[in-house]
Amino acid sequence: MSEPNTYPATSMLIAPGSAGIVEPKKAHFGQPFTVSCGRILPSIDIVYETYGQLNADKSNAVLICHALSGDHHAAGLHSADDKKPGWWDNYIGPGKAIDTNHFYVVSLNNLGGCAGSTGPSSINPETGKQWGPDFPTLRVRDWVESQRMLADKLQIAQWAAVIGGSLGGMQAMRWALEYPDRLRHCVVIASAMKLSAQNIAFNKTSRTAISSDPDFHGGRYHEHNTLPKRGLAIARMIGHITYLSDNVMGEKFGRDLRSGSFERGIESELEFQVESYLRHQGDVFSESFDANTYMLMTRALDFFDLAREYGDDPVKAFAAAKCRFLVVSFTSDWRFAPERSRELVQALIGAEKSVSYAEIDAPQGHDSFLLPVERYNQVFSAYMQYAAKECVSQPDDQHQPQANTEVHHA
Amino acid sequence: MRDDYVAVDKFIDEGSRVLDLGCGDGGMLQHLDESKNVRGLGVEIDSDNITLCVSKGLNVIEQDIDNGLSNFADNSFDTVLLTQTLQAVHRPDYVLQEMLRVGKECIISFPNFGHWHARWHLMLRGKMPVSKFMPFEWYDTPNIHFCTVKDFEALCEKQHIRILQRTVQVAPGFKKRTSGWLNRAWPNLFAAYAIYHVTR
Repeated sequence: MSEPNTYPATSMLIAPGSAGIVEPKKAHFGQPFTVSCGRILPSIDIVYETYGQLNADKSNAVLICHALSGDHHAAGLHSADDKKPGWWDNYIGPGKAIDTNHFYVVSLNNLGGCAGSTGPSSINPETGKQWGPDFPTLRVRDWVESQRMLADKLQIAQWAAVIGGSLGGMQAMRWALEYPDRLRHCVVIASAMKLSAQNIAFNKTSRTAISSDPDFHGGRYHEHNTLPKRGLAIARMIGHITYLSDNVMGEKFGRDLRSGSFERGIESELEFQVESYLRHQGDVFSESFDANTYMLMTRALDFFDLAREYGDDPVKAFAAAKCRFLVVSFTSDWRFAPERSRELVQALIGAEKSVSYAEIDAPQGHDSFLLPVERYNQVFSAYMQYAAKECVSQPDDQHQPQANTEVHHA
Repeated sequence: MRDDYVAVDKFIDEGSRVLDLGCGDGGMLQHLDESKNVRGLGVEIDSDNITLCVSKGLNVIEQDIDNGLSNFADNSFDTVLLTQTLQAVHRPDYVLQEMLRVGKECIISFPNFGHWHARWHLMLRGKMPVSKFMPFEWYDTPNIHFCTVKDFEALCEKQHIRILQRTVQVAPGFKKRTSGWLNRAWPNLFAAYAIYHVTR
């Protein structure tokens, strides 16, 4: 759900394995977009990036679905002196698990986001003002629908794989149910078929932190020329606590002090390293992320229940899926615990689908899915290498027939 | 090709649904996929083996079969395999029950501890046997529940498990025969390795 907070400095050279310098693109869809809540967006923009080359028969495209705070910038750098690569640079690039030598990777900022795609900070053409809290409530299926429109625009009839971690995994699963013919593989990492009550409780607490910030103004903070930074920072701090495990927090920070002293005879204000870390994470996030997007994204997370429309039977839900599945969980992840992934695997087995499952022993909690973890990398790479073999033509083959597509240009 | 692949092969129907418990590197599943076009699923706990299975395009689930198979529905597989793994589980009797609940038929193979070679080792040398099928020393072996052909059949009787067929293989060093007369006459003494096809 969060981005890793430490990146190697790559200001001198672009590291081997990097997707290189990448540039965001914008797709405009002029037709009205009917949101699943019933409301209509007159038009939408989707910002996205691509890495690698699309092959001649367009069979090697991979869709990356981002989590709560992610965006389209999943890999590579925006400029040579960019200090921070994309949020999933550990796993996307030449020679990496999602190997851009074989795959054409598409990564977008979801509808409702705050990194360039149409969202609460966009202008509502009907009022000429920012949407703010009036932006329609979104569900995971709305993201899948807008991703489908992007696929059509890019003339990708079938993804080699749709891949996502956490909230991204929910989108990948929804793809498998809504468009079973349009993906060959579905990779679901550290995710769940629905959130637990505890998870919803954390999201509610985060939303309350934001909404109770006096600068929030019911979501109309832009009209008051202010930002609910304190609320957003607290929301992020809560998030970070839940993305890490108790053990890894202990190892990383222990009870070390950043300032102050435990000595007798000295009265000083103490700040533990963990406090400083959380404060920093909160501050950075509150400057860069939109509060209304945070509200919207966490609500979509809470709402998601894969099997709701299938009589609460996930086996029935997956009946129509045609793709193969890879499911990965992490032992120390208590936000999206391995048990949630096991439930998913059980449903897939019950529905007689092709599924592989790896439960990775990693101490980093939910954040593991973003971090370099050797075994995770091995099994993920092995799966994707096999998926790459199925792509008919390689990126430089020019004589493949066009894929038989049913593309509706948006 | 491994002898047990061929022996298992004949019990498997074309296109059937097969669950391989302790599937290792997926060799058996891959063989059955090629020879019988099965819809296979492996269960494994070793991480390197899981990666190997995934790299072959096989379906594999990370799971400890000692914790049961509660995530698999009754009768959900045509055949459940447990090859060279029975002796490594904590509760062979429990695993057998679970296999027969999940699968319509089961195939179980294990090294026969009653084989004359093992007895020879123990009787004359006074040491735990080490052989082709039992290559580990006693202190580092994953094999914690060795049994003999007789032991296994006694357990089947106790659990009302019906033995459809027994195939045995002779000792390493002998000319390769799967059912010599010695085997048929005294499998408990002359079978190095036994393969059972069972059902409820």
